[in-house]
Amino acid sequence: MKGQLILENGQRFTGELFGAIKNIVGEIVFTTGMTGYQEELTDPSFAGQIVTMTFPLIGNYGINLDDNEAKHTSLKALVVREKCDYPSNFRNEMNIADFLEEEGVVGIEGIDTRALTRIIRDYGCMTAVIMQGEPSQAEVDALMAEFDNSKVILETTTDASYVVNPGGKPHIAYIDLGTKEGIIRDLVKRGCKLTVFRADVKADEILAAEPDMVFLSNGPGDPLDAPGTIDTVKALIGKLPICGICMGHQLIGLALGCRSQKLTFGHHGGNHPVKYSETGKCFITSQNHNYVLTDYPEDVEEWFTNVNDKTCEGIRHKKYPIMSVQFHPEASPGPLDTSWVFDRFLKEVK
Amino acid sequence: MPLDKSIKKVLVIGSGPIVIGQAAEFDYSGTQACRAIKEEGIEVVLVNSNPATIMTDRGMATKTYIEPLTAEYIERIIERERPDSVIAGMGGQTGLNLACELFDKGVFEKYNMKVIGTSIESIKEGEDRDSFKRLMERTNQPIAPSEIVTNLEDGRVFAEKIGYPVIIRPAYTLGGTGGGIAENPEELETILTQGLHLSRVGQCLLEKSIAGWKEIEFEVMRDGAGNCITICSMENVDPVGVHTGDSIVVAPALTLADKEYQMLRKAAIDIINSIEIKGGCNVQFALNPKSFEYAVIEINPRVSRSSALASKATGYPIAKIASKIALGYNLDEIVNAVTGKTFACFEPTIDYVVTKIPKWPFDKFFGARRRLGTKMMATGEVMSIANSFEASLLKGVRSLEIKQYTLERESSKNRSMKELRQRVCVPDDERLFDLAELIRRKYHIEKINDLTGIDMFFLKKISAIVEAEEELKKYTIDTIDTDTMRRYKKMGFSDKGMAELMGCHADEVYKKRIAEGVTPVYKMVDTCAGEFEAVSPYYYSTYDEVTESFRSDKKKVIVIGSGPIRIGQGIEFDYCSVHSVLSLEKADVETIIINNNPETVSTDFDTSDKLYFEPLTEEDVYNIITLEKPDGVILQFGGQTAIKLANFLAEMNVPVLGTQPKYIDEAEDREKFDDMLEKLNIKRPQGKAVWTVQEGIEEANRLEYPLLVRPSYVLGGQGMEITRNEKDLVRYLTDAFKKDNKNPVLIDRYLGGREIEVDAICDGTDVLIPGIMEHLERAGIHSGDSVSIYPPQHIPQHIIDKIEDVTYRIALELNVIGMINIQFIEFKDELYIIEVNPRSSRTVPYITKVTNVPVIDIATRIMLGEKLADMGYKSGIAPITNTVAIKVPVFSTEKLPKVEVTLGPEMRSTGEVLGIGMNFEEAMFKGFMAAKTTIPKPGSTILATIRDYDKEDFLPLAKRCHECGCKFIATSGTAAMLKENGIDCQVAKKIAEGVPNILDVIRSGIVDMIIDIPTKTNDVNSDGFKIRRTAIESDITIMTSLDTFGALVKVMECNYSTDSVNVISLDDIEIQDK
Repeated sequence: MKGQLILENGQRFTGELFGAIKNIVGEIVFTTGMTGYQEELTDPSFAGQIVTMTFPLIGNYGINLDDNEAKHTSLKALVVREKCDYPSNFRNEMNIADFLEEEGVVGIEGIDTRALTRIIRDYGCMTAVIMQGEPSQAEVDALMAEFDNSKVILETTTDASYVVNPGGKPHIAYIDLGTKEGIIRDLVKRGCKLTVFRADVKADEILAAEPDMVFLSNGPGDPLDAPGTIDTVKALIGKLPICGICMGHQLIGLALGCRSQKLTFGHHGGNHPVKYSETGKCFITSQNHNYVLTDYPEDVEEWFTNVNDKTCEGIRHKKYPIMSVQFHPEASPGPLDTSWVFDRFLKEVK
Repeated sequence: MPLDKSIKKVLVIGSGPIVIGQAAEFDYSGTQACRAIKEEGIEVVLVNSNPATIMTDRGMATKTYIEPLTAEYIERIIERERPDSVIAGMGGQTGLNLACELFDKGVFEKYNMKVIGTSIESIKEGEDRDSFKRLMERTNQPIAPSEIVTNLEDGRVFAEKIGYPVIIRPAYTLGGTGGGIAENPEELETILTQGLHLSRVGQCLLEKSIAGWKEIEFEVMRDGAGNCITICSMENVDPVGVHTGDSIVVAPALTLADKEYQMLRKAAIDIINSIEIKGGCNVQFALNPKSFEYAVIEINPRVSRSSALASKATGYPIAKIASKIALGYNLDEIVNAVTGKTFACFEPTIDYVVTKIPKWPFDKFFGARRRLGTKMMATGEVMSIANSFEASLLKGVRSLEIKQYTLERESSKNRSMKELRQRVCVPDDERLFDLAELIRRKYHIEKINDLTGIDMFFLKKISAIVEAEEELKKYTIDTIDTDTMRRYKKMGFSDKGMAELMGCHADEVYKKRIAEGVTPVYKMVDTCAGEFEAVSPYYYSTYDEVTESFRSDKKKVIVIGSGPIRIGQGIEFDYCSVHSVLSLEKADVETIIINNNPETVSTDFDTSDKLYFEPLTEEDVYNIITLEKPDGVILQFGGQTAIKLANFLAEMNVPVLGTQPKYIDEAEDREKFDDMLEKLNIKRPQGKAVWTVQEGIEEANRLEYPLLVRPSYVLGGQGMEITRNEKDLVRYLTDAFKKDNKNPVLIDRYLGGREIEVDAICDGTDVLIPGIMEHLERAGIHSGDSVSIYPPQHIPQHIIDKIEDVTYRIALELNVIGMINIQFIEFKDELYIIEVNPRSSRTVPYITKVTNVPVIDIATRIMLGEKLADMGYKSGIAPITNTVAIKVPVFSTEKLPKVEVTLGPEMRSTGEVLGIGMNFEEAMFKGFMAAKTTIPKPGSTILATIRDYDKEDFLPLAKRCHECGCKFIATSGTAAMLKENGIDCQVAKKIAEGVPNILDVIRSGIVDMIIDIPTKTNDVNSDGFKIRRTAIESDITIMTSLDTFGALVKVMECNYSTDSVNVISLDDIEIQDK
């Protein structure tokens, strides 16, 4: 069935719809990874977003249920040039189109994704809709107006707290802001016990669990939309080691007094170089964010820096054991070069 | 770390002549290296024996030596130039091996030189099979069970242990030379014996076959601080078992999930970290298609063919960055020149599909065994870019210039299902088309996957193309609608391909397509999938809606490149294209290159103002012309590939710069050409086309023997022979007419004289001849395979005057504007003309370098309207230089089983070297050295087998060898003749006479060189053929021309040694004082 992708600036792209057939609105972003579409589809950080894949062939190796990063998909839609109907891989269990349909995610193919990417690059992230047929401008405007992604963290966090690897050590109070399973996997692999809390958890609740460390996960949206979590972190400063990744990193920064700023089109993909301030060495990282931290207070220093645009990729507190990174050391998808960051985090509890 | 200030002068070692397995990619990497180093204000001393390269141009390095690539010579250059550093990884395997040898000999230490970039220790760790194995164990990387063996017996024992099939890989050889897969003990013995012989260190790796696994490559970079990145992943469509140089390769890898991709990426990085690579490195993996199991196949700690492909596929200049790293920079300190904003420390991401398809020389070597295996056979490759696999593959296929515009191939169609099934299991150059044909006949693709190991992903895509082809056959040009047309164009079909399937003319498809607005747009290759704005205008076509290439208002010229490297059309033409661009740039003209060869300098992102990486077909070229509306198109420098377009462009009213297409046509058309010669009263060898044996005999009697006979329908000297009597002629004609009685046979009088060649430049008024080249071998040997001497040594003045006069008249008569190449024969003091090519030829780079005349620059300026007189040149021969420079051809016949070795009218050489000396003998000595020709010494043993006709001429040469202390072994006839004349000689048994026979003698290693002047060639069953193949396979110099042998004897008598000859740089070549 024909459908259209319509951007906030009025530009329209016509393509063939697949997956779940429905009209949706979301924020359009692009990601440049050449592999890893499945991990991205199931990454809660994409909640509320319409994700454009810059690589033209998507679905080549199918879907296997083991590589999912969350129980369900959170993104609104997937935009591709060409989806693969005949995937080939020894772990392939289903086609991408059928998987999207099952998950209720809209797909659109046959789009000039390079042209689209260049528009997003120049105009920045925009609200966009995907609709069946050729909708009128009024229909488009009506759907656009519905877009509100400000509650997205509370929509993607866990329903109730739970424990992972109960016998493990150290004990980590893990705040789920819409976590990828990859981070939990990496911590458990290192022997940790995790008590996973909702994003709206209060500091007392965490202290009552007597953890050795607080860890804030990745998550979708604007960090300023999570003031409650920021307060929780504020209340824990100086009391426990605090570490975090991506959204978690941004919330820690805001709690410490940094500001946040929205990038034009963000960093999404598996090829971003960061420089580590402690050694001057560079690492290729997986990234997926639209906001960055700026304006650090006196006692906070930049820990990692993006080599290309020099934005903040990690911070460290000069006095307390608090540190966090903007990129994804857990990869999934993306390069495994920074998995050592987890070990570095855990050193703070020993 | 920033630039290492202690580096002031760097030695760069090139890769030598083009041979199979080591082609233009090293001119590309070497040129980038020279530029990258020089722009830092550091001097570059370059040594490379290959005169056809761009890197050996004046001005590319600070000092250039076109000298033999031996450790001894390089030491003499070091002694003279005193560089403080050497970079080892830019000259392919040849450069790397030489650097290791110089290091081992202590030369670098002696002259206080440091190895910059990857260290020799690291190189050895990756290259030496044994330490590689230990390295893999240390880094916990799996490899296929293997063992290094140095003798046959150990090989047998190990093979029994791991079981057959077993792969044999000799250490330190190019393109897997001498390797192979043995299915049983007999095959093991053959391959291993040869492999041990060819390995520089007498080592072979025996390895359990993992044939059928996916073959995945990563190009990796690491700097001195330990920052590591991967540039590109590549996946071979043909699984493990076919050499990567002979495989269809896609980039990026298309069938790996992220988990598999990251597993291999991490392995690649762990490996290069552990051996502390400083620069580029290639890591090859085999991946079990049914599990996460993998094995590291090999690593190449240098730039390579794959790194050239990865550079062109991503836009990331690997050789340039590797050079900067060698100079001390870290990746995060080097700006990405493609974006101008980001840094070299990032991983390119691409938003298209790249396909590389090898170009094989089997059209020239029709007797060759075409089976592909672990030994590389391709001479070149094409690359194509599109945003689907289907389009990428179809673009690649039509770039090959094999007259294929679809996957439907006539030869495959004529095969039975059983034959096709058999053929897809044993890969050769037609496998893709055989696969498509099997699919077309509804053979199960799951079964093909079973038989070949080719991933279902690729088979499904090929199947989609085949289905589309079949569907298109139901349409005609009148019934096809716009949407269907657009769908096919999007899928990558060409107008010609669509026309073939619909049964109409390509022009009709074109016209309808244009009328309905189905036209391509151009997308940019930018290293970052559009994330950042790019400044390097490097484009490919798609049938999308939004274009990224816009026409500028500047005056602009398109230079058409020469496509893949093949025998007869090599790197020389890339040299010409690049120089034309440089010249246009100086004239402030916007330059646009169209080419499809990823190995070349012309397709480097910063060579021209705009690069279109596209097939060189009429349609693809014209699409670009439609967009760019150039002020002119230059065809003269792109070899036959570009010249072929002349008539088409003329029809389309495209302005062609230089000689106009109708005059090009006149020179290429035999009849028109004859008329012209007659009009100008210029002689050519007499000849006639005959249709029957009887007619042939009559004609022969009129012309007199010997005669040059050839079928009229083939080009390039294929099937050409010299017949010396009626018996030979009757045999040839009977044979030829039996094969084909629809075309005549051409009979020309054979003039056994001296061949002479000139390249000239004409502006319509004046004709400048930069230099005259004299061939060492008598006529009858293809000019590309002859030893060529500048300035001429044996041509009387009146002939030279005549050459000047004839060249002048022909160039003007043909209305040449730009380049012309003419070949002559001097026979009994008369000058005959044999060929005229109204374009740049393969001798242009050579003649440019040795005469100091910037040939392409002048020709390009003339095409833009300047006159020779304005540039300070006048008609006639340019003043000669103070040195003698001799071009010696180099062959790759050892890489091509069952290929005839003898020199003849068909071109066989893949590359060339240059010997520069103060006189003929010195230059010849250096030329032979550079070509790795053994020069006999006192005590050397020469095996001789000479046909009766030449025995008389051979005798004086034999006597001189004898006097120099050489010994002879000969077959009975030749031996008898030698003995009669008082030359002592051993007799070798003919093959039929039992063992040990002549082949055993050759294999035993007691023979230093072989002189074999055959009566008959190309007969695989003849003794002569077997002798020549055995010689080649045993790596023994073989001469098949008495003229070449004569020069060798002359050189031998001079007693030269590396120490006694002059070391000559290009700067030492000067105009001779008169």
